[in-house]
Amino acid sequence: MIVLEKRPQPSRAWSLATPLVAVLATMVFGGLLFAVLGKNPVEAIRIIFYDPLFGEFAFYYRPQLLVKGAPLVLIAIGLSLGFKAGIWNIGAEGQYIIGAITGAGVGLAFYPLEAWYIFPLMVIGGALGGWAWAMIPALLKVRFGTNEILVSLMLVYVAEQLLASMSLGLLKNPDGFGFPGSRNLNDYASANSWISQDAGMHWGVVAAMIAVIFSYILLNRHMLGFHIRLTGEAPRAAKFAGVNPGRLILFCLGASGALAGLAGLFEVAGPTGQISIDFNVGYGFTAIIVAFLGRLHPVGILLAGALMALTYIGGEIAQSQMGLPAAAIQVFQGMLLFFLLAFDILTNYRVRLNTRKVA
Amino acid sequence: MDISAINPVLLVASLMVAATPILLAAIGELVVERAGVLNLGVEGMMIIGAISGFAIAVETGSPLLGFIASAIGGAMLSLLFVFLTQVVLANQVASGLALTLFGLGLSALMGQRYVGVRPPQTAHLDIPFLSDMPVLGPILFSHDPILYLSIAIVASIWAVLKYTRAGLILRAVGENHDAAHALGYKVVRIRIMAIMFGGACAGLGGAYISLVRVPQWTEGMTAGVGWIALALVVFASWKPWRVLLGAYLFGGVTVVQLNLQAAGVAIPVEYLAMSPYLITIIVLVILSKDKSSAPASLGRIFHASH
Amino acid sequence: MKLTSLLTGATLALGLAAGGAWADKTKVGFVYVGPVGDGGWTYEHDKGRLAVEAEFGDKVETVFVESVAEGPDAERVMTQMALGGAKLIFTTSFGYMDPTINVAKKFPNVKFEHATGYKTADNVSVYSARFYQGCAIQGHIAGSMTKSNIIGYIGSFPIPEVIRGINSAYIHAKKVNPDVRFKIVWAYTWFDPAKEADAAKVLIEQGADVILQHTDSTAPLAAASEAGNVIGFGQASDMSEYADGPRVSAIIDNWGPYYVERTRAVMDGTWASVNTWNGIGEGMVGIGEITDRVPADVKAEALAMKDAIAAGDYHPFTGPLNKQDGSVWLKDGETADDGTLAGMGFYVEGIEGDIPN
Repeated sequence: MIVLEKRPQPSRAWSLATPLVAVLATMVFGGLLFAVLGKNPVEAIRIIFYDPLFGEFAFYYRPQLLVKGAPLVLIAIGLSLGFKAGIWNIGAEGQYIIGAITGAGVGLAFYPLEAWYIFPLMVIGGALGGWAWAMIPALLKVRFGTNEILVSLMLVYVAEQLLASMSLGLLKNPDGFGFPGSRNLNDYASANSWISQDAGMHWGVVAAMIAVIFSYILLNRHMLGFHIRLTGEAPRAAKFAGVNPGRLILFCLGASGALAGLAGLFEVAGPTGQISIDFNVGYGFTAIIVAFLGRLHPVGILLAGALMALTYIGGEIAQSQMGLPAAAIQVFQGMLLFFLLAFDILTNYRVRLNTRKVA
Repeated sequence: MDISAINPVLLVASLMVAATPILLAAIGELVVERAGVLNLGVEGMMIIGAISGFAIAVETGSPLLGFIASAIGGAMLSLLFVFLTQVVLANQVASGLALTLFGLGLSALMGQRYVGVRPPQTAHLDIPFLSDMPVLGPILFSHDPILYLSIAIVASIWAVLKYTRAGLILRAVGENHDAAHALGYKVVRIRIMAIMFGGACAGLGGAYISLVRVPQWTEGMTAGVGWIALALVVFASWKPWRVLLGAYLFGGVTVVQLNLQAAGVAIPVEYLAMSPYLITIIVLVILSKDKSSAPASLGRIFHASH
Repeated sequence: MKLTSLLTGATLALGLAAGGAWADKTKVGFVYVGPVGDGGWTYEHDKGRLAVEAEFGDKVETVFVESVAEGPDAERVMTQMALGGAKLIFTTSFGYMDPTINVAKKFPNVKFEHATGYKTADNVSVYSARFYQGCAIQGHIAGSMTKSNIIGYIGSFPIPEVIRGINSAYIHAKKVNPDVRFKIVWAYTWFDPAKEADAAKVLIEQGADVILQHTDSTAPLAAASEAGNVIGFGQASDMSEYADGPRVSAIIDNWGPYYVERTRAVMDGTWASVNTWNGIGEGMVGIGEITDRVPADVKAEALAMKDAIAAGDYHPFTGPLNKQDGSVWLKDGETADDGTLAGMGFYVEGIEGDIPN
């Protein structure tokens, strides 16, 4: 009989080793899946994990990892603050959309003026937009005790409808022959978040890095970070320590909303370039997974974001080079998540073989 | 504008059909959450149910077998969630999201051969006299059997939770798993059964979309219904009859919105499409005064050695 | 730019390498917005890809990536195909317009074909189908066959292409049946079979006995089939599985001939940037078999109209036509120019209701 025994302290060794074990297990089972589909499993695994990093065209894919990973990391960092304190913002996708709309809206309002201050104003606009959208569940929770998981989730659908309305109406490109979608901000120098397209660098990447460092300092060196952790781990103790739960909720949801809004703004002003009906591609939901895969730790989130980005990019290459269906890649990613979650038990629990009968 | 074109009787009858997938998924999730488990993988289990049911119905020619298969399919997928959350004690939010991702991918792989296939038709109830009655006939006596099954499930869940010992134990596990454990109840075993029941219901709801409401198979065809079902459970503050009410309200807003458009009422469509979600938020705010309703152990990890 | 030169260097190197072993194999890439299994838009593009394979056999290698989000993901997939040696890349969604142009700049030797857009370059062509020609035939059949004089129309989003279809169908329904009315429902989604089914049911409940759709699933046909005496049309694919029931005809996207022709042009070295807007005549828009449910005379008229459109003798938008507000759009005998059609944002006279926004 196998029993689990809780470790007094999470094992450091296992917390580092489990992700590797999980990736290996995914390679084995994913390989089996690919073999069942009639593809060469070794080649598929090599294409997904190795080629983007060290393959022939790695010079192109490595910068792309930044482009794909930056929004995930930026959003996940914000979410992790709340998750640590037991505040569940599931609606980052909505905050991401609203940030993009408000930020792009600010930029487009100035068109075609070229001035240095436009981009900073857009950044503020994007952050404020995401912040305001997250304030709705925050204020409702503080004032009425309303469940923030559901309010924030509902607001995603509201934001998607607003996005459609904006692409077809207010923000529609006047020179776009009636097609939906805004002007392309990449053609508008003052409203452009690219630093170097070749290097995959845009201000969103910089912001993601800053967010990682900032969150690390906040959680480890700052009273507020201590309060966040305390509230999550021992809510009653937090109360005695004088933590104001209302203010903590406002801070955590507000910060995650602002970061999600920023991610949306940097995306619309850089890689995507325009507001369109299908602007959002699920970064807000994937970031929830990234936050958990990273064990809610800033550095872990950075690595998890990179890993997710790698499977996306590698998955696309595998599709076009091997004719694997997109669904197979999705299943493969699902497996990776399952193994990462499942093996995490080794960090917190010891697995013992119990020879005695359980009483 | 031509409001008179809207036939209220047909409107009610069709919103019942529109609401049934959400209702089935939500009543299953209600049981899961009442047992103290939050499974965000409803969408994934629904779509697996949609393709399992569709495939079996097409292969056997029997929608009934299809529905049975969909329940089994949903429950099988939920076993993955069981393993993650009940055996290796992984985080429920992340496990549920992973389940949805996995289910969407797997269903697409399973369904590759079934695109563009027309499934056997699910028979409607046609009781001589009763089905022909004005008003009540179309609303009450001329649907498909699964729609009645969904209402029967709601009623029996209500009765079980309220009047039976099994219901009491389930609620005890959801309210305080440590106390329930101390009293000698098998917390994990009860939760596993609840999760599998939730999976079966979600699977049925998915098959209702692919076999009755649409009926066809396309990848990703549940298009977010599973998420609405999750919202509905909270909207209903974990009470079975309110789930029924809420599902009909949700289905109703969509159907009414389309009806108003068709009648030529100049409404801003995207704002009306938002309205079910905004209404949910308002209801959530109103209901949130009732703090006692949420199962106290919801989403928390249980480990017997505590 | 550094990367640009690197990229072109890489393709050149590949091209040279390809000169050896793969000399007679042309690689063609396809970027899809939905899954191949969507049964509609992407499904038909993939049939076009298979037509290319069938035509050239061993001489081509086709690759595709499905469910590619518009934006940076699309740009990366196209770049990766070009790096992988594709000589011709079809990008099959309107939202791929700017990404296609961006990638095309980096790979001057690779040819790009973008569906439904309007931006071209030396190595970027655009192509689209004149679906409105099919809508005219549908409108004719619908107007002739409706008993309730109410025709339901399910639109996706209020964009020029969909508005064009509504106008075209309405004009031709009205011609044969002056009492006809259109009830238009916007689903505000490209893809949600359940919602499309709901929309069809609502229209039927409000008296429509013909359902036209500008969404891709068979859900409206299934709803029509359930209602009994309602007819509908296949959209994007033939949807012939409903031919024994409500489906009386269909508008079929037929990309195969175009894809074959453009692939051949790349092989021959005759490829040039073009702006293609093809219709029934060129075979890009197919009319699915008209079933026996349609009265023989109506069927004959519909087929005659199809032939006239195909031959270029008849333009579905021929004056006199007024806009919805009563102002003159086309004078007697005048036909609409492609520019106006491409950006159409108004209803013609007689259609009730406003276009959202």
